[in-house]
Amino acid sequence: MKIIDVIKVASKSLTSNKLRSMLTMLGIIIGVAAVIIMIAVSSGTETAIADQINSLGANLVFVMSSFSQGGAGGGMGASTGGLVYSDADAIANSVPHVAGVAVEQNTTQTIKYGNIVLEDVSILGTTPDFTKVREIELKEGRFLNDQELERSTRTAILGATIAKELFGDTYPIGQKISVGTLKLTVVGVFEEKGLVSGVDYDARVYVPITLVFDKLMNSQFSRIAGDRVRMIYVTVDDKENIDAVILQINLLLSKLHDVPLESPDFQISTQQDIIQTQSATTESFRILLAWVAGVSLIVGGIGIMNIMLVSVTERTREIGIRQAVGATPQDIQSQFLTEALILSLVGGLIGVIFGITGSWVFSKFGDMPTVVDPFSIVLAFGSAAAVGILFGYLPANKAAKLDPIVALRHE
Amino acid sequence: MTDSVIIRTDQLKKIYQMGEIEVPALNGVSITIQEGEFVAIMGPSGSGKSTLMNILGCLDSPTDGQYYLDDQDVSKLNRAQLAHIRNEKLGFIFQSYNLLPRMSAVENVTLPMMYNKAAAGNQVEMTKKAEELLGIVGLGDRMHHQPKELSGGQQQRVAIARALINDPVLVLADEPTGNLDTKSANEIMEILHNLHQSGRTIVMVTHEPDIAEQTQRIIAVRDGLVELDHENGRE
Repeated sequence: MKIIDVIKVASKSLTSNKLRSMLTMLGIIIGVAAVIIMIAVSSGTETAIADQINSLGANLVFVMSSFSQGGAGGGMGASTGGLVYSDADAIANSVPHVAGVAVEQNTTQTIKYGNIVLEDVSILGTTPDFTKVREIELKEGRFLNDQELERSTRTAILGATIAKELFGDTYPIGQKISVGTLKLTVVGVFEEKGLVSGVDYDARVYVPITLVFDKLMNSQFSRIAGDRVRMIYVTVDDKENIDAVILQINLLLSKLHDVPLESPDFQISTQQDIIQTQSATTESFRILLAWVAGVSLIVGGIGIMNIMLVSVTERTREIGIRQAVGATPQDIQSQFLTEALILSLVGGLIGVIFGITGSWVFSKFGDMPTVVDPFSIVLAFGSAAAVGILFGYLPANKAAKLDPIVALRHE
Repeated sequence: MTDSVIIRTDQLKKIYQMGEIEVPALNGVSITIQEGEFVAIMGPSGSGKSTLMNILGCLDSPTDGQYYLDDQDVSKLNRAQLAHIRNEKLGFIFQSYNLLPRMSAVENVTLPMMYNKAAAGNQVEMTKKAEELLGIVGLGDRMHHQPKELSGGQQQRVAIARALINDPVLVLADEPTGNLDTKSANEIMEILHNLHQSGRTIVMVTHEPDIAEQTQRIIAVRDGLVELDHENGRE
């Protein structure tokens, strides 16, 4: 029998019972749509995370204090652990391929303007390079300059949210605000940046880091060990040099802090590391979804097998007639396999359409970023076809094995 | 005249295995049917005539003995090979017509061609031939009717057209008039006679003596053996 005729015969028998065919396909439709939406949601989430993190500046290396590894009993210099302000200069001066260095130390203060009081506001002490390294745009005014850093001038740049809460419609530049016991002059306001890996960049006040050391976090230790910083941002001139820069910083800081290289009092990570850590949290969720999608595909396949078995029994006489006029066992087998395959492929196709539409609906109305991966369409469609062949095989084989004499006598 | 022999069987035996018990259905049937003959096979139920018909129709294989159809030994062929033989050399007419319910008369008639290597695929040619045959059996005006829209006699005529579509060497009719009223039965027999006149070889199973009487030759089967094999008065 010609393939085109096999397909015609199969589609004819499927369309003669439309409701049943639709219901049989439903399982496959749901399964395929689930696979596509699942992959779209998880890769959308991943892309969003990566975009956010990358939006904080390119080729960034993060050097963080880690006190747990402090070389206790070292006694010398900064060996009690953590990064100090002078580390930043050391990196800028002696590590090649470094394009920029910014330092960060934070504290929490109550701020006031007129009768508006904001408590527990994050105050970020930093250096002029901060805007270069982290790629945040100013909306009004300007950022810190070197003079202000050197003289620990009482200036502040506000995050978008803080500016709005304190000033509303008033022009903020030149206004004085109280931060703790200090009066600071506002010189700039940032554009909105939003929440990036759990940090709200808009709800912070940026001041010269020297001001934080001198007036806001004055500590006994700083006289001996130097001024503590939480984080040093290092921008590397080219992506290729990131690994070399990390190695250099490791060597330099271990030496400066007098700690062994294998247990430093700081840790270095890249944007890639952070993206991976964040993605790992979505990973288990994704595996769960993959199982659900996979199971619904299998359930869909069992549905096809079930209906095909019923169909073979119902059409035993038809099979007998076809055998009598010359259909070989293989002809009969291909006919039923084709039916199963059409069910799963058409179901798969509808599932793909639902999957793409569903992903779009999720991103449009569900506030959930989705990216439809072409590979997921191929995967879902391929699985549907495989399910059709796999679960169609048993009924088709049963049909092919029927004895024509018995089949012809079947009522 | 060996080239004109259509059926030759040599000691055909068929034994059914019912659990531990062996039930013989055919005990050594040897018959020869020439090209152009119109033969009736008769016998009471349980005589083995259905088994003989199934084997002659290549729907079943003998347990022992040889069956030469159109000079080819078909007694040891596998299921797929038998399917090809049925398709190319045989045409079936059943008591209950056995048409596919959701297909039109033309589609039913072309069905055997779909499984024929030489003919399959040429839709125009197939339809043309089917329409021609439906015209011959007198259904030129009902070609696109479905079986449920046709009377029993009309359905049987569609079945006859279907049996002829691949130009078989042998037409096998199993109680072709069994489900029909006398008038329709006569019409069907008329068509079979016409086919016979035009040179077709027809073997018909029947238990109605007056139908059997209309053939050239009667083979009576009893207890798995040929009881009688005689030329008939007619023709």
